[in-house]
Amino acid sequence: MIPLGHYLVVSAILFAIGTAGVFLRRNLITILLSIEIMLNAVNLTFVAFGRAQGNVDGQIITFFVMTVAAAEAAVGLAIIISIFRNRESLNVDEVDDLKL
Amino acid sequence: MSETILFYLFSVVAIVASALVIGQRNPMYSIMLLIASFGALAALYIQLDAPFVAMAQIIVYAGAIMVLFLFVVMLLNAPQEDAAVWDRTHPLRRPGVARFGALLAGLLIVQLVWALVRVNDASTAVNARGDVAAITSVRSVGRVLFTDYMFAFEATSILILVAMVGAVVLAARETAS
Repeated sequence: MIPLGHYLVVSAILFAIGTAGVFLRRNLITILLSIEIMLNAVNLTFVAFGRAQGNVDGQIITFFVMTVAAAEAAVGLAIIISIFRNRESLNVDEVDDLKL
Repeated sequence: MSETILFYLFSVVAIVASALVIGQRNPMYSIMLLIASFGALAALYIQLDAPFVAMAQIIVYAGAIMVLFLFVVMLLNAPQEDAAVWDRTHPLRRPGVARFGALLAGLLIVQLVWALVRVNDASTAVNARGDVAAITSVRSVGRVLFTDYMFAFEATSILILVAMVGAVVLAARETAS
């Protein structure tokens, strides 16, 4: 029998990896992938807590997170295509027009 | 016993694959590793008596979303990150704002540890409570989804519609006229 805490630790590690990816990587596609890792870490937490509570609500929230992730990926990739078309680069450091 | 071994196996696969995702310089390898990570997470969902979520994870995430990513990477023929530029412009090597980011990252770790310590039933078995048949069945998931979460479900359809229109508008080539 696996304790609830073990699932939470796995989820926390995955979330930290995702956060590190957002901070450390310069490639727009890799940053989007890191956000997907973070969303999946949260999904794992929801399902684990839902199982521990003994109801299906955790699974249902996971479906909504997946839907939002799909929408986010679609819009994010459209923005990436648009940026690449204008700048021939995916480096976030070169997309700084709004910087003061 | 085999349950414990499988849990640790899939957890290690998910964590190592995710760590390699952010370690790769080529986005194509990152996406392939992320698919492996999602597969391992789907196995964890099956262990948590959520087979429907596991299938949705594989079909929606590993299937649809990752294919979208692969398609964009192939379409753009995206260049690898240049190692020399990456070293020179790395946020950890820059003073000022980057230090603030490091501080926030440290705060996140403190917060996560604090939250994990304060979970009351962290040491009780995850599948101690609840009726396994009721949690596992797609029927009960669907019944709750289409009654208690009806409004959120309908709002999701609007979200998908807006995202679809937004993606088309953003990615469309501007015409000269």
